[in-house]
Amino acid sequence: MTEPVLRLEAVRKSFGGTLVLRDVDLEVAPHTVTALIGASGSGKSTLLRCVNLLEEIDDGAVFLDGDEITDPRTDADLVRRRIGVVFQAYNLFPHMTVLENVTLAPRRVHRAGKERARERALELLARLGLQDKADAYPDRLSGGQQQRVAIVRALAVEPRLLLLDEITAALDPELVGEVLAVVRDLKDQGMTMVIATHEMGFAREVADQVCFLDGGAVLERGTPEEVFGEPRRARTQAFLARVLEAGRPVGRPTV
Amino acid sequence: MSNDSEVNDSEVDTDNAEAIGDRAGESARAPYRPSARRIERERYRKARTRRSVLIATASTLVTAVVLYLLVTGSPGWPRTRETFFNAHYAREALPEVLKGLWLNIRLLVVCGALVLVLGLVLAVARTLRGPVFFPVRALATAYVDFFRGLPLIICLLGVIFGVPALRLTGVTSDPVVLGGAALVLTYSAYVAEVFRAGIETVHPSQRAAARSLGLTNAQAMRYVVLPQAVRRVVPPLLNDLVSLQKDTGLVSIGGVVDAVYAAQIITGKSFNYTPYVVAGLVFVALTIPMTRLTDWVTARMNSRQGAI
Ligand SMILES: Nc1ncnc2c1ncn2[C@@H]1O[C@H](COP(=O)(O)OP(=O)(O)OP(=O)(O)O)[C@@H](O)[C@H]1O
Ligand SMILES: [Mg+2]
Repeated sequence: MTEPVLRLEAVRKSFGGTLVLRDVDLEVAPHTVTALIGASGSGKSTLLRCVNLLEEIDDGAVFLDGDEITDPRTDADLVRRRIGVVFQAYNLFPHMTVLENVTLAPRRVHRAGKERARERALELLARLGLQDKADAYPDRLSGGQQQRVAIVRALAVEPRLLLLDEITAALDPELVGEVLAVVRDLKDQGMTMVIATHEMGFAREVADQVCFLDGGAVLERGTPEEVFGEPRRARTQAFLARVLEAGRPVGRPTV
Repeated sequence: MSNDSEVNDSEVDTDNAEAIGDRAGESARAPYRPSARRIERERYRKARTRRSVLIATASTLVTAVVLYLLVTGSPGWPRTRETFFNAHYAREALPEVLKGLWLNIRLLVVCGALVLVLGLVLAVARTLRGPVFFPVRALATAYVDFFRGLPLIICLLGVIFGVPALRLTGVTSDPVVLGGAALVLTYSAYVAEVFRAGIETVHPSQRAAARSLGLTNAQAMRYVVLPQAVRRVVPPLLNDLVSLQKDTGLVSIGGVVDAVYAAQIITGKSFNYTPYVVAGLVFVALTIPMTRLTDWVTARMNSRQGAI
């Protein structure tokens, strides 16, 4: 069996007195997409932040390509260079143009030459349909464009693993389609991704593995067919029923 | 004339409308013509603007006349004019005041630059994390607490008269240098707090985004946090610089002649206060271009990017 890109072993995390992640186990194989679903506050964002070492875990371990990254002796900066993150709120740098946002890490962290970084950035921007926005400042872009810039920025460092946190939450349905199409492309190109999402239709279509988080624990894990088709746990069934009621169909997305 | 601007106005807007039409893929439609409703509205707005200007002008004139009559009609006016607005003494004082002002300007430029650098270093030092930096952080905090609380005049007296009293070899006793040093000590503490406030207004998610790209703490500070922080504090910084400019006059307690002291010397001989008025006006005249400069810098930054 091939080594998983990402492996979580009994990861535990609490804020103050509240336990937010309870002994979470997870394996992400190369070139696969894992969707994290679950109600608001179930710990999806926290899980992603722990993987990226933005939060320190209380117990358990996280392995990236077989190396334990939660060992306090590892260099967190080196780990983060191998993981790309796209935040729910974009978090673009407002004082930099789109191009500067994208080339910051390649130039300062990976020491790529100015021209080389620029070329590569323009190529990526073009791939996501943003070539004419390279010199714009983020606040002059639509939400969907900003989200795509955030994706380009994360991709520009050629990460081993891409973490996407509810990247469509703030977008209108048309832009959701735009951004999800990008994710689908990335999957086709073999990128390994972990996606926290409320778009059940999309999770069903694009994911190889779906994890249902509830109160910080992985209640159910399996292929989309298993989790959406025949959920074993009552909680999962209730959650999916609620989502259905709220008008987010579990079928194929409309885009 | 008003007709001209109207034509220009609608031309610009027509362009805009076409651009929007283009984006929606409707460029094939007939060119936009302003409707009667729009023309009527614009005419109304123009009339209203004209009325506001007229009212403002009239009320300014009335206020000015009333103030003039009030001041010149007061019983003490002839005497006041003689002692504060005397053309003869003004002419005598101006060259001396300007000569003194040159010292104020040099102090402002040199101290201002040092204050900005030292203030920024102090502010960044206070944000350093980790046990290694504990002494640096503690020292910076103590420094800011002390010099921000110490009255400037005491700081000046202490440095200008205290340092030479130590009789250290190699240390100057020039009151200008020592006075300047005292100004830098006090003002860098103020400015450090301004910078720190700016750093704190940059949302933590910005730092998180930078760190998640693999930037080190120092790089995140240098490329992401500080550029945003500095932009936000330009207006309060300028305020401190204007204040510094006025306080450069205080180095005269060490016996050097700046603009205010030059005025004082003439007043001391003549018992006429006009030189003070001259010195005051000269300082005001110096502040105005500085304020306009910041307005310009701020506007330019805002046009390059929206709200940050
Ligand atoms: N820094 C923090 N300090 C304290 N509590 C936190 C912190 N971050 C998250 N939490 C708590 O942890 C729990 C899980 O939060 P998390 O953001 O991971 O949820 P989520 O599944 O991403 O929700 P959503 O779908 O709304 O984004 C919540 O109860 C939240 O209040
Ligand atoms: Mg979340």
